[in-house]
Amino acid sequence: MSATGNESMLRTRGLRKEYGKEASLVRAVDCVDLDVPAGETLAVMGPSGCGKSTLLHLLGGLDRPSAGEIWLAGERIDQMSERGMAALRRDAVGFVFQAFHLMDELTAVENVELPSLLAGRSPRAARRRARDLLEQVGLADRARHLPSQLSGGQRQRVAIARALANSPLIVLADEPTGNLDSEATLDVLQLFDSLHQTGQTLVIVTHDSRIAATADRLISMRDGAFVDDTRLTGGTVGNLSALAGLDG
Amino acid sequence: MQQEVVLALLAKEPSHGYQLRARLRDALGPLGDAMNDGQIYVTLARLEKAGQVAVERAPGMPDRPDRKMYALTAAGQHRVSEWLTEVSWPKPDLAEFHLKLLAAAAAHLADPIAIVDAQRRELLRRLRDAQRAAMAEPRESEAALLLEGIVLRLQADLRWLEACERTWTKRKASSRRGQ
Repeated sequence: MSATGNESMLRTRGLRKEYGKEASLVRAVDCVDLDVPAGETLAVMGPSGCGKSTLLHLLGGLDRPSAGEIWLAGERIDQMSERGMAALRRDAVGFVFQAFHLMDELTAVENVELPSLLAGRSPRAARRRARDLLEQVGLADRARHLPSQLSGGQRQRVAIARALANSPLIVLADEPTGNLDSEATLDVLQLFDSLHQTGQTLVIVTHDSRIAATADRLISMRDGAFVDDTRLTGGTVGNLSALAGLDG
Repeated sequence: MQQEVVLALLAKEPSHGYQLRARLRDALGPLGDAMNDGQIYVTLARLEKAGQVAVERAPGMPDRPDRKMYALTAAGQHRVSEWLTEVSWPKPDLAEFHLKLLAAAAAHLADPIAIVDAQRRELLRRLRDAQRAAMAEPRESEAALLLEGIVLRLQADLRWLEACERTWTKRKASSRRGQ
């Protein structure tokens, strides 16, 4: 069977991740079949412990599945060598984490250019790319700031810029607004929206209903499995008027 | 349109009906679009009859509603001050939904968790609309502030649904064990 021949950017079949043994066996991810078309923004929601972070780690090659298959852009990745996995994480996948995971001793622009340098780009090209990305996330004037000199929302925007450094096939975000206030959440939402406009494929694991509601598609996860898969098509502002107390 | 709101719009200075309309449009953003233009004139006419609004007609102009200038009377002024100090807050009807889940489970009419799921999808749909509308408004605008309020209330409702789901999932599991 050919691995290609489908339009999915990301595809899993029978994906499973188990911890422990026998009586204490936990299926963190239990037989997940997933298809994410190129350009889609997918939100995966569920209570903590439902397996959504584990799923994201499997999808990005941060962890290996106990069983099942994962394809990224038509290429099977779950059986890759360690080396292949490292290259994949560096070049094909952009990660955004709840706690930002920036290098504290590097400035914003140095953080953003790091993945490009690791991928072998020239320092000049890497710096140019990093500056463009900081501009894109609205932080051109913070390029020389250390993370400690930035607000939480600004740090997360730097982290998003870094995730984009090597023009990844897919961006995977784990609770990207979990540490942010309402204002900064809106910044991140707007940024994801503009990425979506450019055709970036995004998978966001979250329990922030704001993110979930603005995605193209929403999957609910319980006990390692998908229990609901919906497309939230927009209604009308008329409904909202009633919510604001403006009916009639 | 609520009478107090129209009165309060006149508190700063006498205005034409279309000026009030424009002020509401700024304050409500996309939520104001659904409003019927005639509503404001109907409300103004009622307030005039009640003696809370006085009307001045522009001399030499045909008697049309959009030529009239509206101003607060002393009675109108009084009502506005009372309204401003009044504490009121719209009550979401949570009890009805709560009782629906109880009834569904007790009579085995429906799965409470399926009801919660359907409700969640509906709220997410509304949240999507509110969030998209908020993102389209300028950040510090009056309309964005109102939309933020709607978003936050919907999020609170969604959190409550999570609690409903947790509880009903546990109950379902324990009643299964009990059988």
